[in-house]
Amino acid sequence: MLAWTIYITFFGVLVLMLLPRDNARAARIVALLTAIAGCVVAFVGAIQQANPGDVTTIVKVPWIPSIGANYYLAADGISLVLVVLTGLAAVSGILFSWNIEKRTKEFFAFYLALIGGVYGVFLSFDLLLLFVFYELTIIPKYFLIARWGSTRKEYGAMKLALYSFVGSHLVLIGLIAAWVVAKGQLGHASLDLIELSKVAFPIAFQHWVFPLVFVGFAILAGMWPFHTWAPTGHVAAPTAGSMLLAGVVMKLGAYGCLRVAMVMFPEGVRMWQGEIACLAVAGIVYGAGVALVQRDFKFVIGYSSVSHMGFVLLGLATLNTIGLDGAVLQMFSHGIIAGLLFGVVGRMVYDRTHTRDFNDLETMQLGKLIPFAGVTFVIAGIASMGLPGFSGFVAEFQVLMGAWTVFPKLTILAGVGIIVGVAYTLRAVQKGFYSDAPPDAAHHDHPLEPISIPERFGAVMLIAASLVIGFFPSLLMNWIEPCFKSPLFERLLKGGAL
Amino acid sequence: MNHWLTILTLVPFIGGIVVAGLGAERKHLVRGLALATSLVGLGGAICLWLHFNAKSGDLQFVEKFDWVPTLGIQYFLGVDGLGALMVLLTAIVTPLAILASWNVEDRPHVFHALVLWLQAGLFGTFTALNFFHWFLFWELGLIPAFFLIKLWGGPKRGPAATQFFIYTMVGSVALLLSFLAIRLATGSFDFIELAGMAKSGVLTTKLQAAFGWKNIGLIIFFGAFLGFAVKVPVIPFHTWLSAAYSEAPSSVTMLLTGVMSKMGVYGFLRILLPIFPDQIRQVLTPLLWLAVATIVLSACAAFAQRDLKRIIAYSSINHLGYCLLALFAATAVATGVNNSDLQKAAALDGALLQMFNHGLTASALFLFVALLERRSGGLRGLDDFGGLRKIIPVFTGLMGIAIFSSLGLPGLNGFVGEFLIFKGVFPLAPWAAAISTIGLLVTAIFLLTLIQRVFCGPLNERWAKMPDLTTSERFLVLPSIALMFVLGIWPQFILGAVDATVVKLVQQLNF
Amino acid sequence: MNYLPVLQLAAPETIVTLTVLVVLGADLTVLRGKSLAARFNVGALLSVLGCASAACLAFHRHVDANLFNGILVVNPAVDFIKVAILALTVFTILISTGGKFTDHVGEYLAIILLATIGLMFLVSAEDLLMIFIALELASLSLYILTAFNKHNAQSAEAALKYFLFGGMSAAFLLFGFSLLYGLSGSTNLGEIAKAIAGKGLDPLLLVAIVTTVIGFGFKVAAVPFHLWAPDAYEGAPTPSAAFIGAGSKVASFYIVAKIFTLGFAGAEGSAVWHGYVAGWTPTIAVVAALSMVLGNLTAIVQSSVKRLLAYSAIAHAGYMLLGVLGNNPPSASALMFYVITYAVTVIGAFGVVTVVEEATGGDAIANFKGLSRRAPGLALCLMVFLLSLGGIPPLAGFIGKFFLFSAVVSVGGNLGLLWLVILAIAMSAVSFYYYLRVLKAAYVEDAAADAPAIKVPALTLLALALLAALVILLGCAPGLLTRYL
Repeated sequence: MLAWTIYITFFGVLVLMLLPRDNARAARIVALLTAIAGCVVAFVGAIQQANPGDVTTIVKVPWIPSIGANYYLAADGISLVLVVLTGLAAVSGILFSWNIEKRTKEFFAFYLALIGGVYGVFLSFDLLLLFVFYELTIIPKYFLIARWGSTRKEYGAMKLALYSFVGSHLVLIGLIAAWVVAKGQLGHASLDLIELSKVAFPIAFQHWVFPLVFVGFAILAGMWPFHTWAPTGHVAAPTAGSMLLAGVVMKLGAYGCLRVAMVMFPEGVRMWQGEIACLAVAGIVYGAGVALVQRDFKFVIGYSSVSHMGFVLLGLATLNTIGLDGAVLQMFSHGIIAGLLFGVVGRMVYDRTHTRDFNDLETMQLGKLIPFAGVTFVIAGIASMGLPGFSGFVAEFQVLMGAWTVFPKLTILAGVGIIVGVAYTLRAVQKGFYSDAPPDAAHHDHPLEPISIPERFGAVMLIAASLVIGFFPSLLMNWIEPCFKSPLFERLLKGGAL
Repeated sequence: MNHWLTILTLVPFIGGIVVAGLGAERKHLVRGLALATSLVGLGGAICLWLHFNAKSGDLQFVEKFDWVPTLGIQYFLGVDGLGALMVLLTAIVTPLAILASWNVEDRPHVFHALVLWLQAGLFGTFTALNFFHWFLFWELGLIPAFFLIKLWGGPKRGPAATQFFIYTMVGSVALLLSFLAIRLATGSFDFIELAGMAKSGVLTTKLQAAFGWKNIGLIIFFGAFLGFAVKVPVIPFHTWLSAAYSEAPSSVTMLLTGVMSKMGVYGFLRILLPIFPDQIRQVLTPLLWLAVATIVLSACAAFAQRDLKRIIAYSSINHLGYCLLALFAATAVATGVNNSDLQKAAALDGALLQMFNHGLTASALFLFVALLERRSGGLRGLDDFGGLRKIIPVFTGLMGIAIFSSLGLPGLNGFVGEFLIFKGVFPLAPWAAAISTIGLLVTAIFLLTLIQRVFCGPLNERWAKMPDLTTSERFLVLPSIALMFVLGIWPQFILGAVDATVVKLVQQLNF
Repeated sequence: MNYLPVLQLAAPETIVTLTVLVVLGADLTVLRGKSLAARFNVGALLSVLGCASAACLAFHRHVDANLFNGILVVNPAVDFIKVAILALTVFTILISTGGKFTDHVGEYLAIILLATIGLMFLVSAEDLLMIFIALELASLSLYILTAFNKHNAQSAEAALKYFLFGGMSAAFLLFGFSLLYGLSGSTNLGEIAKAIAGKGLDPLLLVAIVTTVIGFGFKVAAVPFHLWAPDAYEGAPTPSAAFIGAGSKVASFYIVAKIFTLGFAGAEGSAVWHGYVAGWTPTIAVVAALSMVLGNLTAIVQSSVKRLLAYSAIAHAGYMLLGVLGNNPPSASALMFYVITYAVTVIGAFGVVTVVEEATGGDAIANFKGLSRRAPGLALCLMVFLLSLGGIPPLAGFIGKFFLFSAVVSVGGNLGLLWLVILAIAMSAVSFYYYLRVLKAAYVEDAAADAPAIKVPALTLLALALLAALVILLGCAPGLLTRYL
């Protein structure tokens, strides 16, 4: 059932390509219907899954037997959470892009192609298939930014594409090496993740392969110091692009770290655990600190994404159940919240005011002109700060709990990062919407277009998602938690379960 | 299973949503609905009080069920005497604050909604007994307060609001980290359970076992202490207060000083004392010093102020300092003192009473300042006025009562609390009590100075035509004044209800 | 002498020879006076028919024969390569139909077919003499094809460079072959192997290895024997360049693999990290590494798409040489998969360049601006081809690289050649940048406001669409091809 998310999305791409060139309306409707269909299928498929702890096979057919590759789609609880996130992000992204006029059908075609690839990554349990879907997402990303973006779009797009490509090639090296070694141990070639997770790779081998594969994926997750593509890319991208990039694509990297690097090389993780945690916390603090001094509204959000992903990586580095639970929940939570933040800044503010500079925005009194945007941003900011009641709190809570026993000093630093997070969010709220600067008379002559229905819908949808999970985290925890008790993660957690 | 407390918390929350949805146009509807909601809350709190079984020190109106079992998070509500008292205080101050802000013109629907949400957050904090959900309400209370200061405050409201928020957040993060550590070590977030562990000495051992540092208990205690110290506030974490209190609109300050500051003391009573008595004992002397410093230095600072609101703000710090003094003294294992239990009970009784009384008195004082500001067009400097008693005698009389209550005149409510505190603390920590009396002295000095400068002396011609209190305003201040007398003469009204709780707390600390 | 078996075994080649004659004859007689387009179309049709029938014959027969001790070796594997070469020829001819660079249609098509014949004999050869003869047949045809554009001085210059380089490398090759004959007493690859086995690394053998590498290195445009390639690709008429880059490569790599793995078996040495042993493996490893690095890095700064494709061809030659290095059956089949899919892709890419060149008068990256608006189908095909060259899944280029790299890394079982694969993957990542630059021009940048839509000749569009579909198909279901290799 869940595989249909992929197929429906790509079918949507096909339909979009066949539409007549200038009919923007038809393009939007087709895209929205496809995304909603995918989202519904994701929800239904996820709820139907009887046993989220186990990996439930969706389809497994031989693909290239000579190298042991199968067309193997499956899902466990972690996949379910991320698939649901993708569904939500896809729909809200389209709602926030309702106003794209320039070459609309191509925009949505690339957009849906990206979504389809993302669904594919989260559902693949064959390494080659996962890699294929992972690489597949790079091209639509590039075109979405280069063609429909704003500030330095071509540079931002190229930087993002190249970083992603380099990262995925680092992973490729590791994968091929692992495939060879596994072949020797298993006696036959295999790219099946579950089979490979049982192979005992030599320790010396894991010592260099694990960092290679982990860093390869972590580049896409925005790990410090390989994060520099993220702020530039997010700022350059059009709103829906940023929402997807920060919301979902960065999670591809983190998912790869968890599903591939950590599951296949458990001893390798342990060897590098401390370094990963240090880099993660560096990202948390650095991202927050730099966000505090930005003049461009979108850069604040871009750096805040780096900071939040630091929490995901910290959670992964704890190697205990609570930390890992928190990491996956943070992936979901930040996906929603980042989508909301970029939706407000990109669509509600920038598309109307055509500026993202705080010095200009301060004089516009946006809190009074577009109050819906102001309130939405405040709520999103509260969620982003990690205040209780929203999903971010539960996630960060668990990550910190998991990190305490293993890295107490780093945990305190992470706490400092949270405080800086409060500071930059407050600054953004103040300067962007509720500043006390004297209003500029020029702006009063041009009343801003009111917030449209699709924007309201998208915003409410995302806020509701964050609130629901904030108050009822069990909804997702019941999917995530059992996974870490399953055989797939046994070797990873042995000796560190909490 | 009854759901009193949940309903009590939900009423202002939903009321706030409805009010916000009404829009800026229907001002009268907005104000009326907000007032009605807060009065419903008051009714509910009074019902709670009446049904409260004063003889038992146990938790009542308990609601407890699992929320996220894997993380040890439960939805656990309950009140004992302390909780019921705080709920009542909140319920009394909120309608007064709403009435005081009747004339807010700028986006009244948002203003009143925020006030109601603040009330919901406060109700939630005072009734929650599991850390996660307590912390949720603790933090949730911050947001409305921030916006109330930021959007409707005075000229320097931006920095004041930001400072307030960030200070409190720093404390909250420290608190969060501490409790995460505790959960890791003990597997529990439940305050009651943790108190039990602390009493049997198991808590410290578990913490040491989990983390391997000998002094981990102390470090965790400091984290939690920071969270509450910022809120009360304790010197030296108080610097946010005078800016926030003076920039906030006066009705908001009523809430801030009347109830929100009690959150800090409540935290000490509900969380720090029962869970970390060992650690408090270890650092008792420095803590007592801090309490004394808070009392004395804030009084001196108040003396130096020129802005009425700032005077009362620093005076608030001073009054709460007495509560802290009582709390810390109550954990002392006093040697050579007969009936130390009795002394401790007295101190804690005094602290609780002081909390309630100060809430009442301080909010009344700020209300009076608001009324004065209305008449003076925003001026509230000490030197702006003079000889007002000739022009506005009723106002003078009523505000005078409030000031004397704050001063601690016998017969008014302020006296009883302070008396009990000193009665309890003197035997337990004599030198601390002795030095704190300086605070009493300085308070008297600056409050009398206030009366002298504002109301007595030569008439400031500028205010010759100042109108006295209108009938509606008299009705507004009447309840507070009445309560000041009632509680001054018959403190048993409160003490009767909380005594059992206090005794239980003392037993808790007795080891 | 009974020549019937020869004719039977060489039936595909014979058919193609007959086609040559038919085409030449038709162009001389029936088509005289018709328009250029008509002549090209009819001639193409005839050639395609001929090649198709030859391919069918080769595909369906299942013979195993070895005539004259290696002069003509026929077995299903070789036959499949021949089918591939014929298919590539067909596509090349299809994309050349819109060309306006020459009046001599019949001669052009005939020489392409002659080159094809040379290539077919090349893959059937296991004897040094036959290899050389077939190679020369193919090469000479290719030199002429390069010079075919008489209106353009660059074409002549390119052909001259190609010819001079080619001649010199042929001399080197012959020198090496004679040394081999001297060392072993035979010109048959198998016998040579037996003779030199166990003799250790004779200095003469070393020289023979080096000269053979030089000779074939030139043919496949590997560094440092690549200097002719950029000029040739740029100056030659684009369909010729396509053929040089595609069909010729397939045959060359097949025979290179055969010569080294079969003929020099026993003298491999080792190119393993920290395990250097002298032999042909380390020599080829060095050549491969240099090609990958130089090809990719120089391509970054190109502004002419044809030169960019030339340097990319040099880089890809480097990857393919890795397959030769593998020296075992999985590497060999991975190599052939890669070469064939690469050839298909390259013909497509050059096909697109042909159209754009004709329409806009140049092949600079700037000429591709706004292609997605001016010719959407063409731009889509271009995207498929360039992304496949860059190694983006699920296209054939990616799977080819994956097969190749994993086969090479498994050699020896202890990851000895991983250093080369790491280099290959790193350079592959670099290549993404310059392919993306062309796509950026096509999809992101806008053409000048008055730029008209580009009309693509029907046959060319058909060919390109088929090629693109093939690239995608082979990428998703490589089993379709690998089962023949």
